[in-house]
Amino acid sequence: MTVADILLLALGAVAVGAALLVVTTAHVVRAGLYLVLTLGAVAGMYLVLAAELVAWVQVLIYVGAVVVLLLFAVMLTRAPIGASADLDRPAGPAMLIGGGAGLGLAALFIDAYRWTAVEFGEPGRVGVLGEEIFGNWVLPFEVLSVLLLAALIGAIIVSRPDIGARNGKVPH
Amino acid sequence: MPLWLDLTIRIVAVLAAFLVLPLIVGQAEHKVMAHMQGRLGPMYAGGFHGWAQLVADGVKFVQKEEVVPRGADRPVFQLVPAIALLPYLLVLLVIPLGPGDLVGQHLDIGLFFVLAVLSVPVMGVLMAAWSSANKYSLLGGVRGGAQLLGYELPFVLAAASVAMAAGTLSLPGIVEAWEPWWLLWQLPALLVFFIAGLAEIKRPPLDTPIADTELVFGYKTEYTGLRFAFLMLSEYVGIVVVAALTTVLFLGGWQGPFGLDDQLGWLWTLLKIAAVCFVIIWMRVTFPRLRVDQLQRLCWLVLVPVALGQLVLTAAVRLVVM
Repeated sequence: MTVADILLLALGAVAVGAALLVVTTAHVVRAGLYLVLTLGAVAGMYLVLAAELVAWVQVLIYVGAVVVLLLFAVMLTRAPIGASADLDRPAGPAMLIGGGAGLGLAALFIDAYRWTAVEFGEPGRVGVLGEEIFGNWVLPFEVLSVLLLAALIGAIIVSRPDIGARNGKVPH
Repeated sequence: MPLWLDLTIRIVAVLAAFLVLPLIVGQAEHKVMAHMQGRLGPMYAGGFHGWAQLVADGVKFVQKEEVVPRGADRPVFQLVPAIALLPYLLVLLVIPLGPGDLVGQHLDIGLFFVLAVLSVPVMGVLMAAWSSANKYSLLGGVRGGAQLLGYELPFVLAAASVAMAAGTLSLPGIVEAWEPWWLLWQLPALLVFFIAGLAEIKRPPLDTPIADTELVFGYKTEYTGLRFAFLMLSEYVGIVVVAALTTVLFLGGWQGPFGLDDQLGWLWTLLKIAAVCFVIIWMRVTFPRLRVDQLQRLCWLVLVPVALGQLVLTAAVRLVVM
């Protein structure tokens, strides 16, 4: 085992452990904080795999924006310090779907790669990535931006009752 | 030089800068503010013009009792100073002091790394605000979350403009590409970056999350002793980091007037950082605090449009000139 293997295993253990804590803890806000740990550990795995840019994108977007928004929203509504008794839902269906998807994907990956060694490419340099995104992958890139645009418009409509969906009432 | 020695020297140097520069800035703030207000400021600690005032403050903080409120979420509460400090330490690692090897670590995506890491301190603000079990803390934290998320946009856009102009994301690369006429051309981006930077480190006049006349001390209200000292330290490291980034991105970093950049580059960088730090202190003394709504208005209706306009200008000039 190389150092990279050990690091990957350790980070993977942290990610999985923190992910379990996210769904088992009875503290709402702490669940969000454990999610930060999970996403941070995944970013660390990207770093070990020499995908620097992806790792820092993960930090910028997931840790710095998505989880922060999540926590922000939780704090604006109801976030008691200490355990909440009413957090749990019937876990059966969720376990079936989550576990099934996870196991299926894992089986697929293990079957696809077995023990083949994968060569690392060049460490993710920005120039190469830029050329790839705006050369080979420009169509998916543009389609993604349309998705973001749709989300933006949706957010505006939800937050502005005066231009929102008509529900029979005259806006004030 | 063997690798481990090289690595040790670099890490020790960055740590030293991390511990010493904020103290110098803090002392400068004491004295500069005092003289601007017709006072003398600290005069006794250490003898000569109170130079050891912050050391004395540090000793005082170490002696104080560490209090955690009974209703607080203890582990989260106690973790906050580390989360507030570590990102700034990481950022100092990639800021170039001079040409060649005078940088903690060369990173091809240095600027992106800096922006990603600087998006983490908002976690600390929210954690402190929520775990303190205090209304004022929570109000400060919610204000802080809104402010930091909002100002991140102009911050990133202004930085993107200069990266586009230089054609690289590497911080030493940006300094190498910099030329004096960029001062004019990138001026709007410079102003946007500087103001958004002030908001990112919650400095007056953009300090509504702390706002001592409204919210006691915002999300820092419940902190005492050493943890409070670390939170204060993170504010001053933040000043150094924003000043250093402004220097490196917009003021030409190690480039100086006499053509001795190879020998004196580090001095130019430090002098420019000191000058920007002085302006940051000066702004605190000069301007009253913005109201929460004024603060958001400034961000979304002034800084973001200016930054977008600057991006268009930068792209146009790049296409025409290069």
